[in-house]
Amino acid sequence: MATVTLENLKKSFGKTEVIQGIDIDIADGEFVVIVGPSGCGKSTLLRMVAGLETATSGEVRIDGKRVNDVEPMDRDIAMVFQNYALYPHMSVFDNMAYGLKIQKVAKPEIAERVQTAAKLLQLEPYLQRKPRELSGGQRQRVAMGRAIVRKPAVFLFDEPLSNLDAKLRVQMRLEIKALQRELGVTSLYVTHDQVEAMTLADRMIVMNAGVADQIGAPLDVYADPATEFVAGFIGSPPTNFIDAALLDGERAGRIGIRPEHVRLAEQGRIEAVVVYAEALGAETLVHLRAGDGQQITVRQESGLAIPTEGQSCGLAWDSAQVMRFDEAGLRQR
Amino acid sequence: MVEKRGTGLWLTHLGLIVGIAFIFFPIWLAFVASTVEQHDIVRPPMPLLPGDKFFENYARALTSGINAPVATMLWNSLVMAMGIALGKIAISLLSAFAIVYFRFPGRQLFFWLIFLTLMLPVEVRIVPTYEVIANFGMLNSYQGLILPLIASATATFLFRQFFMTVPDELAEAARVDGAKPMRFFFDILLPMSRTNIAALFVILFIYGWNQYLWPLLITTEPEMNTIVMGIKQMFPSGDDFAHWPTIMATSILAMVPPVIVVIGMQKLFIRGLVESEK
Ligand SMILES: Nc1ncnc2c1ncn2[C@@H]1O[C@H](COP(=O)(O)OP(=O)(O)O)[C@@H](O)[C@H]1O
Ligand SMILES: [Mg+2]
Repeated sequence: MATVTLENLKKSFGKTEVIQGIDIDIADGEFVVIVGPSGCGKSTLLRMVAGLETATSGEVRIDGKRVNDVEPMDRDIAMVFQNYALYPHMSVFDNMAYGLKIQKVAKPEIAERVQTAAKLLQLEPYLQRKPRELSGGQRQRVAMGRAIVRKPAVFLFDEPLSNLDAKLRVQMRLEIKALQRELGVTSLYVTHDQVEAMTLADRMIVMNAGVADQIGAPLDVYADPATEFVAGFIGSPPTNFIDAALLDGERAGRIGIRPEHVRLAEQGRIEAVVVYAEALGAETLVHLRAGDGQQITVRQESGLAIPTEGQSCGLAWDSAQVMRFDEAGLRQR
Repeated sequence: MVEKRGTGLWLTHLGLIVGIAFIFFPIWLAFVASTVEQHDIVRPPMPLLPGDKFFENYARALTSGINAPVATMLWNSLVMAMGIALGKIAISLLSAFAIVYFRFPGRQLFFWLIFLTLMLPVEVRIVPTYEVIANFGMLNSYQGLILPLIASATATFLFRQFFMTVPDELAEAARVDGAKPMRFFFDILLPMSRTNIAALFVILFIYGWNQYLWPLLITTEPEMNTIVMGIKQMFPSGDDFAHWPTIMATSILAMVPPVIVVIGMQKLFIRGLVESEK
């Protein structure tokens, strides 16, 4: 078990600065999710913690010890890769045991640890199979098993679920969360899927082009985004943004208002035309277009009347729910 | 697979049978000639069915031959072919590993240098190579037979292409697992390449076995002759007459090891073609 500290961590590839200074203190046993659109530097950040990428400047500390110059195997970490990276010619057992064999752990102990992990992951019937004889979900579990048997201080996950189909993803997400709770191992988890981030994280780092726009508990981040980017990225459907110039009584910049906070009303703050409505059962998403072509989404309970396409509606909301952003996208309080 | 019926099927088979018969006939004749006596061959018409001297002819060829016992020549060829095939594979694997997985100064340069040697077959560099080997005192030795042929740009290139298809994450996973580079090479890369290695072994063994010009140049003692060039040495110079049954028995014997290698490696070879292990 261990803490992880990143201090002004930076990474450049040639002239491009891919990670522009990240600071975070991760507590022992905490589950931290790094979330952001693809290409924003999530993997690079994780790989610096793993030791697969050297930091250009700044520090990585695991359990208080600076590990910038320490080889991955000596950092006491285990990593789960996006495409699983299982050794194709080895059985499930050997895949899980390989790291232990290299560490020269005694054979009986290897067998015992692999058995325990296999039991935890329901992999016992498959121990003698080759990876190619397994389904995607099972391969994913083997990759997890390989991480677990090493009893590392830190788990690192790089988009471990993105190769699975939607249903399996939800199931594995729950399993990973339960497993992490049970083992209590500090974890860093990379994903581009904000739902995954919301459900898994104790805290999340929302990354935007190499910068951590916001670090916080999922619901705090959702309720109180620090930047326009965070407000737009976290939450589905995304936050509506409206030019302040279109509204009475707003300052310069843009305002953001979440779909569930907008109502259709006779007398609204602005007028918009219904483009189409999606009735999803429990709720209805009404997509509208405002005067300047701005797309706006309203999320309403299924009991409410669904407007017809082409109809003009007023949009109303509570001022308290409005998030104001300046030209640079920073939140104005 | 395309399904064929009736005449189409028969025509296909007829074509195949004629083709095989065409190629097989000379081999059959050689076999027949190796089982009869000298006077049966030189007096037309030549027999088309095997005679009763099979054991006699083969035993004579193997134990005494004409210049050297064929058993000795077979052994020489075997050492040479194995040395070349295994040496080429070992060297190519290591150079491909270095080129793909390590960043060192001149990496591209070395790759292109290796690639360039593809354009220089043995025959082109044979005179300088002979000079070098002679100065090293390696004439009439196994080293002399093997060393000049032991590096292979083709095999290096093939392994490089294969290694580049192996996902980077596999190397990283091994690194996180604590495998040092050579451990990764032996534990992961090598087993993953085994079908490629098998296929190359077949090709390179036959390449080594069939070397003619090089052994002809550097083996002057009959005891060091390889079998493929040895057959040619059995033809008499001047007015002596050729002892055809022995020569034909030698030819047949020369064909056997490559055939065994092909058949023995066939399973692995074909599996390498149909199943991808990535
Ligand atoms: N080895 C590398 N060399 C050069 N640029 C790289 C390298 N690895 C990643 N990058 C660049 O860094 C940026 C962030 O990459 P990455 O961390 O993989 O993003 P993410 O995982 O968030 O999708 C990308 O623009 C990518 O092109
Ligand atoms: Mg990534």
